Amino acid sequence: MSELMVQAEGVCKRFGRLEVLKGISLQVARGEVMCMLGPSGSGKSTFLRCINHLEKINAGRLYVDGELVGYRETDGKLHELNEREVARNRAKIGMVFQHFNLFPHMTATENVTLAPMRVLKISRNEARERARDLLNRVGLGDKLDSYPVALSGGQQQRVAIARALAMQPKLMLFDEPTSALDPELVGDVLDAMRQLARDGMTMIVVTHEMGFAREVADTAVFMDEGVVVESGPPREVLANPQHERTKLFLSKVL
Amino acid sequence: MAAAIVLLIAASFIRSIVTNKNFYWHIVGQYLFDSRVLHGALVTIELTFLSMVIGILLGIVLAVMRLSPNPIVSGASWLYIWFFRGTPLLVQILFWYDIADLFPTISIGIPFGPALIHGHANSVVTPFLAALLALALNEGAYMAEIVRAGFISVPEGQTEAAQSLGLSRLQTMRQIVLPQAMRVIIPPTGNETISMLKNTSLISVTAYAELLFATQEISDVNFRPIPLLLVASIWYLVMTSVLYVGQYFIERRFGRGFSRAERATMRERWLAFGSGRK
Repeated sequence: MSELMVQAEGVCKRFGRLEVLKGISLQVARGEVMCMLGPSGSGKSTFLRCINHLEKINAGRLYVDGELVGYRETDGKLHELNEREVARNRAKIGMVFQHFNLFPHMTATENVTLAPMRVLKISRNEARERARDLLNRVGLGDKLDSYPVALSGGQQQRVAIARALAMQPKLMLFDEPTSALDPELVGDVLDAMRQLARDGMTMIVVTHEMGFAREVADTAVFMDEGVVVESGPPREVLANPQHERTKLFLSKVL
Repeated sequence: MAAAIVLLIAASFIRSIVTNKNFYWHIVGQYLFDSRVLHGALVTIELTFLSMVIGILLGIVLAVMRLSPNPIVSGASWLYIWFFRGTPLLVQILFWYDIADLFPTISIGIPFGPALIHGHANSVVTPFLAALLALALNEGAYMAEIVRAGFISVPEGQTEAAQSLGLSRLQTMRQIVLPQAMRVIIPPTGNETISMLKNTSLISVTAYAELLFATQEISDVNFRPIPLLLVASIWYLVMTSVLYVGQYFIERRFGRGFSRAERATMRERWLAFGSGRK
């Protein structure tokens, strides 16, 4: 078992001519919570999407739990994994999206039970029990049979968190999970995430919630224009930034 | 006021239908349940059902092909749709009917390999098969566009969420994309089915005894085309009405989770109208 959950070495990503990631290198230890900060367009979300291969990287290496993401290496050459292998790796990485992306034609419970039943092949009863536990844990024990359209944004996002957790992932990725929420709904979602961090989940969180980063994160990473500008314990990065760009960004958001 | 005008116009219209002797309503009554007519109606149902089933399946395949990243695959689908939408259905029906002029013998089997079916075109492509091929292959082109519209109406975030959970591409298609696309696919497909039911009447040009041809055969003998066209029209209306009901229930099934309030049913709206609540 590797001590590192995520290891990025010179990760590059281009969209056509636009270079979005210009060599990202960083490490996330098992059980660590990392918050990624930075202006929009800095590449934070793209980097997050590379970790579960929703985006293919153009150069560099990306490892999750010691395994190369999306590729197999033989004799120094990279071979892209087939669809089935990619899907198997993704199943171990949970992801929560800015716009929740709940399946609208399924109830909260069905959203949570789908992947465990189809991918992990566990029985319907077991999956439903797991779903009930998880939805209770995020405070939605009374919404088991509600369709997403009948839930508030904050409730939908907590269903999305339960849906990801139902796969018992070893790593959770959060892509601006509270950015689309009304301010009064943010708290419940952050509480659920805080609880998850306390339980020892390895998490990478792209966020603009500086308070959450300061309180929960072990590491804060500041990105701008496709590079990591600085990283370190959040108190240092947020309170005493070393780089001009970090100072400028923080002066605007704090 | 508007309702009163509508009722007045409707009343005078009905009066003319009842009093005009040229409708020959007694002949309509005489042939409405004639065994030839009923058999024709059955053939129409059979043709409609089979061509829609084949057309929908073909449409799904063509739509998936059309969205393929491979240019040869998507190009082939484009070419098919271009051809079958670009020529009149009546012309296609006549083509299939006269297929023997084009290919006197037909072999179906592995390309450049052994044949599984071999024979004269006229014995392989029976009039029924010619009609079915014409209707189904034409329908496939239209259904392809309807299915494609359904697929692209599902936001990309849905596919991403499914993939991030480890679902395969096929599982994502079946569990996530298709059920949501159905909501968009069903209303135009209901339209297509109703069109198909009526378009089967074009088959009458090949002297195949579907509903319209069956009634024409009778009017060719008694020289009363109007009442027999009415017989055909009544049966077409009965059959399309049944399709309306079917579509209503299918739409309700796939509309789950898309509306906060359940929409009032037709029955509730009439009841509210009757009790004076608007």
